Amino acid sequence: MLSKSVKSLLVAVFSLFIIFNSNVSFAQENGKEHHPSENKEQEGDFDVTGFILDHVKDHHSWHLWGHTSLPLPVIIKTDKGFEVFSSSKLSGEHHEPVVYQGNYAYKLVEGKIKIVNADGSVNEEDSKKVFDISITKNVASMFLTMLLLIWIFTSVARAYQRTGVKSAPKGFQSFIEPVILFVRDEVAKPYLGHQYARFMPFLLTIFFFIWINNLLGLVPFFPGGANLSGNIAFTLALAIFTFVIVNVNGKKDYWKHIFWMPGLPTAMKIFLMPIEILGVFIKPISLTIRLFANITAGHILVMSLVSLIFIFKSVAASAMAVPFTVFISVIELLVGFLQAFIFAMLSALYIGMAIEEHHDHHEDIPVI
Amino acid sequence: MVVGSVAAIGAGLAAIGAGIGIGQIGKGAVEGIARQPEAANDIRTNMIVAAALVEAVSLFAVVVALLGNSAGA
Repeated sequence: MLSKSVKSLLVAVFSLFIIFNSNVSFAQENGKEHHPSENKEQEGDFDVTGFILDHVKDHHSWHLWGHTSLPLPVIIKTDKGFEVFSSSKLSGEHHEPVVYQGNYAYKLVEGKIKIVNADGSVNEEDSKKVFDISITKNVASMFLTMLLLIWIFTSVARAYQRTGVKSAPKGFQSFIEPVILFVRDEVAKPYLGHQYARFMPFLLTIFFFIWINNLLGLVPFFPGGANLSGNIAFTLALAIFTFVIVNVNGKKDYWKHIFWMPGLPTAMKIFLMPIEILGVFIKPISLTIRLFANITAGHILVMSLVSLIFIFKSVAASAMAVPFTVFISVIELLVGFLQAFIFAMLSALYIGMAIEEHHDHHEDIPVI
Repeated sequence: MVVGSVAAIGAGLAAIGAGIGIGQIGKGAVEGIARQPEAANDIRTNMIVAAALVEAVSLFAVVVALLGNSAGA
């Protein structure tokens, strides 16, 4: 009982931590990758890198069509307390950044909210005080996914309540049921054995959350289009859930294999201990980077193929670019499913290695 | 411009490594399926998983190349 409440407390603390940090860490990421001032459009030249990176990163507004975009709320904390205002106050009629006078004078500089002096120059010293927890495009997209998941699964669960598990599934049930059985039979059972039922909720949640986010990311217009699962803060949050569940559920054998590997000479035990301790942290890091890199690479690939038309500046190029884009998009549908599957499968594998009761010493699967 | 080229070499090397790795996996899987067609489904699942693991390593390299590129530029 106590351990259960401690676990849920840990989960709550971590989720709060992640929610409040995700924006900040992503904002820092942007600064390094984006230099729009250097190779801006010159004499009608098309700035491919800027165009692609602009679509891959997070925004304070959600682009709808043409020059219309949906403003999202900006929530910032400075030493003078919280402030909430619409992001439309930060851009003028022609989408140029304008100064908004709140507790300080704020301005969007390269996608980040900075404090500016009276003459319009950026005040770097004061800008450090800005703690940005806005509802950005990625966060809004995540809320959308959450609502979608709740809607899908409550309706499916109600259908089971009504008709029971014995009768044939109807409607949306018949789409969801095989996927849930797939997760149970291909992900949970092979790696978790008889204890699989305990971890099914986590595995199903993580699988469907990643999958739906990947699919929404492939939709090129409004309700989709956010590169959420290609955001390293988002994937890191998911990997930390796996990390916590693995280490909280780790049995005696799991810790013994980390700190004092049985069946080896003592010198080797001492040598292996730091490697194994590193391995505990490398596993979630590899989960993070795998999902982030796969989805971001997919987005960049699709955008690059579309940009070919603008690089060659001729309609004829679209004869090649469009079929290729369709082809890559279809591949991305597969990758979106595959990455959700792999994330859930590796999580199950790591949990399975941690909860193993007794260990027979001939099957050690090397896993990065 | 020079920095961009160095990142391109890195991405190319990563592609070579991943190509060799995925090629080996495909070779092994096809050989396995040819010898034991009834195990094709199990082999295919494992093949996809292994291919995704190899691909991920190459994507790590791509990320490093990209970061190196933008940090240097």
